[in-house]
Amino acid sequence: MTFDVYLNVVVAGILTGLVYGLMALGLSVIFGVVRIVNFAHGEMMSIAMYLAVVLFSSFGLDPLVMLVPIAAVMFAFGYVLQAGLINPFITRPEHSQFLLVVALAIIIVNALLIVFGPDARTVQTSYAYDSFQLGPVLVDASKAYAGGAAIAFAAALFAFFRYSRVGTAIRACADNYTGALVIGLNVKRLYALTFALGMACVGAAGCMMTLIVDVTPIIGPAYTLLAFVIVITGGLGSMAGALFGGILIGLTEALAGLIFTPSAKSMFAFAILVLVLLFRPQGLLGQRLS
Amino acid sequence: MSAISLARVAGGASRRIFVLLALLLAVLLAAPWIANDYLLTVLIVILYSAFTGQAWNIMMGFAGQLSLGHALYAGLGAYVSAVLFVDFGIGPWIGFLAAVPVAAAAGAIIGFLAFRFGVAGVYFAILTIAFAEFARIGFDHIAAVDASAGLFLPVRQVAHNDLWHLRGDPTMFYYVILAATVAAFILCRLLLESRIGYFWRAIREDEEAARAAGVATFRYKMVAVMISAGLTSFAGVFYAFFYNNLFPEQVFNIGRSIEMILGPVIGGIGTLFGPILGAFVLTGLAESLNAAMAAFGLDMPGAKQVFYGVCLLVVIVALPQGVWPPLARRLGLAKDKP
Repeated sequence: MTFDVYLNVVVAGILTGLVYGLMALGLSVIFGVVRIVNFAHGEMMSIAMYLAVVLFSSFGLDPLVMLVPIAAVMFAFGYVLQAGLINPFITRPEHSQFLLVVALAIIIVNALLIVFGPDARTVQTSYAYDSFQLGPVLVDASKAYAGGAAIAFAAALFAFFRYSRVGTAIRACADNYTGALVIGLNVKRLYALTFALGMACVGAAGCMMTLIVDVTPIIGPAYTLLAFVIVITGGLGSMAGALFGGILIGLTEALAGLIFTPSAKSMFAFAILVLVLLFRPQGLLGQRLS
Repeated sequence: MSAISLARVAGGASRRIFVLLALLLAVLLAAPWIANDYLLTVLIVILYSAFTGQAWNIMMGFAGQLSLGHALYAGLGAYVSAVLFVDFGIGPWIGFLAAVPVAAAAGAIIGFLAFRFGVAGVYFAILTIAFAEFARIGFDHIAAVDASAGLFLPVRQVAHNDLWHLRGDPTMFYYVILAATVAAFILCRLLLESRIGYFWRAIREDEEAARAAGVATFRYKMVAVMISAGLTSFAGVFYAFFYNNLFPEQVFNIGRSIEMILGPVIGGIGTLFGPILGAFVLTGLAESLNAAMAAFGLDMPGAKQVFYGVCLLVVIVALPQGVWPPLARRLGLAKDKP
C-alpha cells in the first residue's frame, strides 16, 4: 500500500517535471544562443498563465486548446522584446544584461498585481478531477495531458533545431558568433527569433501549469529560480539536459513534499543546485566547460 | 563627526566635494528639527537604503562580485540580534557584535564554495540567491524563531530614549542610521583608497591579469564578501529593532536583496557617492509617487515597485554608469582618474 503511494507520487512528479522541463527548455535555448540570462523567465511565464486564466474564465476556452495561440502571442512578445530592448545589450557587461532583465521582472510581477489583484485564480476544467487507472497507479488526468503536451512541444522544438534551415542557422550563431556574422547570417534577427522560441516554450508551459497550480501575481520569481535550478542541474545550453533536469527536480519536489513537508520542497531543489554548481558546474548532461 | 576626519575622508578629492559633503551632513544633522514624523521616517528609509547599498557596493562595486542574496546577511543580523534580545535579554549592540561574525561566516561559506570551485559571474549570483532562498525556507521551519508565524520584539513605552536597548522615538533611530551611514561611507572611502581597494579594483577589471600580477585574488575576494556581509548584518539589527517584527518570508525575500542593489545601480556601481545618491533619488521619487497617488485617492499596491522597475530600466538603458558619474562630471567634481 505504501509502495503504491510512492509510485503515484513518482508518476505525478515526473509529469509535473515534464512541464517544468519545457519551461526550463525556453531558458536554456535563450541562454545557449543569445547568452542572455533571462532572469524574468518565470515572470514571463506568469503572463502566459494569466492569459490562459482570463481566456478560460471569460470565454470558457480550455488552456490546452489555447496552448498554441498563447504560445504564438508569447512568441511575438519575445521577438519584439529581443529586437527592441535586449539586442543592444548583447555586447554590454554581464551584470548590466542581468539587471536589465531584473528590471523587467519587477515590472511584470507588479503590473500583474495591479491588473489582477493579489488573489489566486484557478482554472476549473471539466476533467479537473478525472484520473486514469493504470495498474496500481492512479494518474491525474490534468497532469497526464499537461505532461503529454510538454513532450509534444519539446519534440517539435528539437525537430526544428535539428532539421530546419533556420534552426541550423540558429545553432551556427550559438556555436560561433563571429563565424555566423562572416557567412552573412542576420544574427540579430536570429537572436530575436530564438528569444521568441524561448517565449513560446514559456507560453505553452504556462498554459499547462494553470492545470496544475493556482495562479497569483507573485509566483513568477519562484518559477524563475526553479527554471535556473533545472537548467543548471541539467546543463545550461543543453536541450536534453533541461528536460532531464525538469524531471529530476519535479521528482525531487514531489518526494520531498511526501516525505517531509510540501512547504519545504524547494529547499531540496536548492540543495541539488548547490551540489551541482560545486561538483559538476557544467550540469549533469552539459558539455565540460573549457 | 569632526571636520578633521571629514577632511581626511575627502582627502584627495576636490574642495567642492568637501563643501558638498559638509553641507549635506549639516542638513541631515538638522533634519529632525525641520522635518515632521512622516519625512523623518522617509529619511530613515533613505539612509537605511544608502547604508545597505554601500555594504553591497563593497562586494560588487569594488571587487566585482555580483551578489543577489544580500537579504541573507541582513536577515541573519536581524534574527541573531532579535533572538538574543527576546530570549536572553541581551541588547542590540552586543547582538550586533554577535551578528557580524555569523553573517561574515555565512558570506565566507558562500565565498569559499564559489571561489574555490570556480563559480563566477552569473552562476555566482544564482548561488547567492540559492543560499538566501534556502535560509528563507529554512527559517520558515525553525520553531525556535517561531517559524513562519514571525518573531516579535517586545515593545515598551519608554520615558526616555534608551540608546543601549534601541528603544525610543524615530529621532533616535534616525541618528543611529545616520551615524551608521556616515561610518559606512568613511569605511568605504578608507577601503577604496587602501592597498586592498586597489587589489579589489584590479580583480574587478580583470581577474586573470590581477592574479598574473601577483594579487591573491581568492583571499581578497573572501575579504570583500566577509566585510560586505558583516556590514550588511548591522542593517538587519537596525531593521529588527526599528520594525519590531521579523518574518522569514519578508526578511529573506529576494525582493529585499533586489531593493538593496537598486540604489547603487541607479547611483553608480563602484562609486563612493552612488549608493547614497541612488537611495535619495529612488526613495525620494517613490515617496513623491506615493504622495501623489494618495492625493488622487488611488490605492495601488505594486505601483511603487513598477516605478522602481521602470527607474532601473531607464537607468540601465540610458545611463549604464549610473547617475553619479555623469552628474559629477557636470558639477566639476570628478577626479581625473576613473
